[in-house]
Amino acid sequence: MVAEIGHFALVLALALALVQSVMPIVGARRGDPALMAAASPIATAQLAFVGLSFAALTYAYLVSDFSVANVYENSHSLKPLIYKITGVWGNHEGSMLLWVLILALFGWSVAAFGQNLPASLKANVLGVQGWITVAFLGFILATSNPFARLSPAPFEGQDLNPILQDIGLAIHPPLLYLGYVGFSISFAFAVAALIEGRIDAAWARWVRPWTLAAWVFLTAGIAMGSYWAYYELGWGGWWFWDPVENASFMPWLAGTALLHSAVVMEKRNALKIWTVLLAILTFSLSLLGTFLVRSGVLTSVHAFATDPARGVFILAILCVFIGGGLSLFALRASQLSQGGVFAPVSREGALVFNNIILTASCATVLVGTLYPLVLEALTGEKISVGAPFFNLTFGPLMIPLMLAVPFGPYLAWKRGDLLGASQRLMAAFAAAIAAALMAWYLTEGGPVLAVLGIGLAAWLIVGAISELVSRARFADVGLAIGWRRLAGLPRSAYGTAVAHAGLGVMILGIVGVTSLQVENILVMKQGQTATIGRYEVTFDSAETRRGPNYTELVAHMTARKDGVVVAKMDPAKRLYTARQMPTTEASIVTHGVSQLYVTLGEESERTDQLVVRMFDKPLVTLIWIGALVMMAGGILSLSDRRLRVGAPTPARHTPAAPVAAE
Amino acid sequence: MAMTRKTRRLTLIGVVGVVLAAAMGLVLYAMSGQIALFKTPTDVATTGAEPGQRLRLGGLVKEGTVRRGDDATVTFEVTDTVNAVQVTYSGLLPDLFREGQGVVTEGMLDAAGVFRADTVLAKHDENYMPKEVVDSLKAQGVWEGDGAAMPSTRDPAPTDAAAPAATPAAEPARLTN
Repeated sequence: MVAEIGHFALVLALALALVQSVMPIVGARRGDPALMAAASPIATAQLAFVGLSFAALTYAYLVSDFSVANVYENSHSLKPLIYKITGVWGNHEGSMLLWVLILALFGWSVAAFGQNLPASLKANVLGVQGWITVAFLGFILATSNPFARLSPAPFEGQDLNPILQDIGLAIHPPLLYLGYVGFSISFAFAVAALIEGRIDAAWARWVRPWTLAAWVFLTAGIAMGSYWAYYELGWGGWWFWDPVENASFMPWLAGTALLHSAVVMEKRNALKIWTVLLAILTFSLSLLGTFLVRSGVLTSVHAFATDPARGVFILAILCVFIGGGLSLFALRASQLSQGGVFAPVSREGALVFNNIILTASCATVLVGTLYPLVLEALTGEKISVGAPFFNLTFGPLMIPLMLAVPFGPYLAWKRGDLLGASQRLMAAFAAAIAAALMAWYLTEGGPVLAVLGIGLAAWLIVGAISELVSRARFADVGLAIGWRRLAGLPRSAYGTAVAHAGLGVMILGIVGVTSLQVENILVMKQGQTATIGRYEVTFDSAETRRGPNYTELVAHMTARKDGVVVAKMDPAKRLYTARQMPTTEASIVTHGVSQLYVTLGEESERTDQLVVRMFDKPLVTLIWIGALVMMAGGILSLSDRRLRVGAPTPARHTPAAPVAAE
Repeated sequence: MAMTRKTRRLTLIGVVGVVLAAAMGLVLYAMSGQIALFKTPTDVATTGAEPGQRLRLGGLVKEGTVRRGDDATVTFEVTDTVNAVQVTYSGLLPDLFREGQGVVTEGMLDAAGVFRADTVLAKHDENYMPKEVVDSLKAQGVWEGDGAAMPSTRDPAPTDAAAPAATPAAEPARLTN
């Protein structure tokens, strides 16, 4: 019964979405306030119905109602409670429902927080949101009904894929969807602007916080996914350039570009057309990601199992929204007025440079991801484009951008002073040289990549901090006033500095683990001690244990550094009995910002010896810490008074740009 | 000092041009050297492959051929039931690597005709095989049918408990979308 209520609620939500996709837009055309105003309550009701539907599915999981096919396939009565809940979105149908729930949530937020949006803009935005909701609710109901029943009801479920029985599943997909789907707001705003044929700084002031919020979530989702793969798969890698990873990384790159171009639009009323295009492209890449993961075209290491009807349906959605968005852009973009002019060397110029590099690198990722698919479709030849390709293309493109990042905030709007900026960056430059020399000394003339990369990271971190300090002008105004000036800087200035420093921290982690990691694979006998990088690991004993739904072989090991015990480690090899599926449980010890990572290999006939893979991973945690710092920067920026949702008043047309504020 | 609108535009176009050219150049360069072609053991046996050319070799792990030496090197044979290629690999095999099951290995042939793999990918779940392997087994006429893999959702066979119908890919798996 509950499942039927859930299904019915979903149908009602679709009906509401259909109304929402037509009525407000017609209202905006005719200038009818009643029709336009109807959009908000409809969006609210839609959230309620999709929420009800999601709650119904969750209930079916909680009570282990195996007459619901989705529950039967992905749950088990003995599964721990938390995984019963997260199992709701640990499968195609349920995760699609979560996707739509988040979409409805965003639609409702526009309705609720957009009271001071111009009525016609708000109506058009909600109308476009309605189109997206119709498409995806239609997709769920037509091809991926999570409430399909089984008769007779099976006695026991098939359990959730053991790799997904992890706290990572609780967090990673919701964050990722908040990011993906958040960009639908930017898309809706862009399309609404094109429909109206009008765009101004107020538009950018509205789009920027939504984009920023989506970006923060997507950053969190990708970083979380990366760490999850790192500890759960037992491969020791944190990024594989797998097509599905790329699918989430491309919207991130485009979204980062959008974030920066929206600044130019808001501050200087320039780059309007480009910003609108970027908003369309960013969401298009989110849709492309959804298509790649769910259509079965990829032999990814982690795509959903699918049936062809779904692929065709999503491809149709993709074509309608990308094609429609771009056609509308082609037709209407010329009506949008061009904004202010600026010299190539200026804040705007720096942000344009950021956009050029980010879009070009995004394009190389797109080429590498799609080329094998296109080639196979055209010639039947099968190739694989892997990490070496992406490292060789993406890496070099990022270097000029990383070098340029600290310059950006130092350049004035309209016309900047490159020489002056360079002079003020001397401290950062000196820090970079010092860091590189120190790295060279500490690694005893180690890899060039490590030395240069650590210098680059220091350049970014110190460059970001020094920009804040130089704004306080300690030298001119003295310590006391300088502090006050520093404290009085707008949050968005802190946001920029923190996010850029976070990028430096992440690069430090990437460079550290890429160039300084030590790996060792060996057969160990009981009592044997092996050296791995800076650590010694002793294999003390092994035993077989039983867990709630698995059996495991655990090895007990002791890790020492310079003879001092650092940690007890117990890597394991598990067999989940319901699915007869083995998994590797890595044992990871965090020591400062470095980690020691140990996994077991396949079992051999002899029980007194094991194949063991060990890594000493210097600085590795900085990769994710860097992502967290970047997110913190985004959140700081989001909390700026100027950007606080609802704060902007569209009545004021030209925002006074006080020099002190930027 | 002040630039005309035209010079500004030219500067922009210049920068875009340089970055795009660099990106294109990198892509083309990487395409020529870093891309692996998919081959079956029969392809390797009939047409051969240059030693040093990066390949993806896919097929089934031949029964009774998996051996691990005292160090971490593993050897096994990949077969499409017609021909087989000897593979060596230093590292841990994926959780679902088993004799008689589908596998994709990536690496290059050495002069002796032994395939030196640096990556080994096993099937994703109980019923899943790498798509390339399925296609090539079908081409060889030794594929044993799709029917076994996918029980209909609406017509379950609860006894067939080991058949996950619509699970996200399992191994090596991460739910990224």
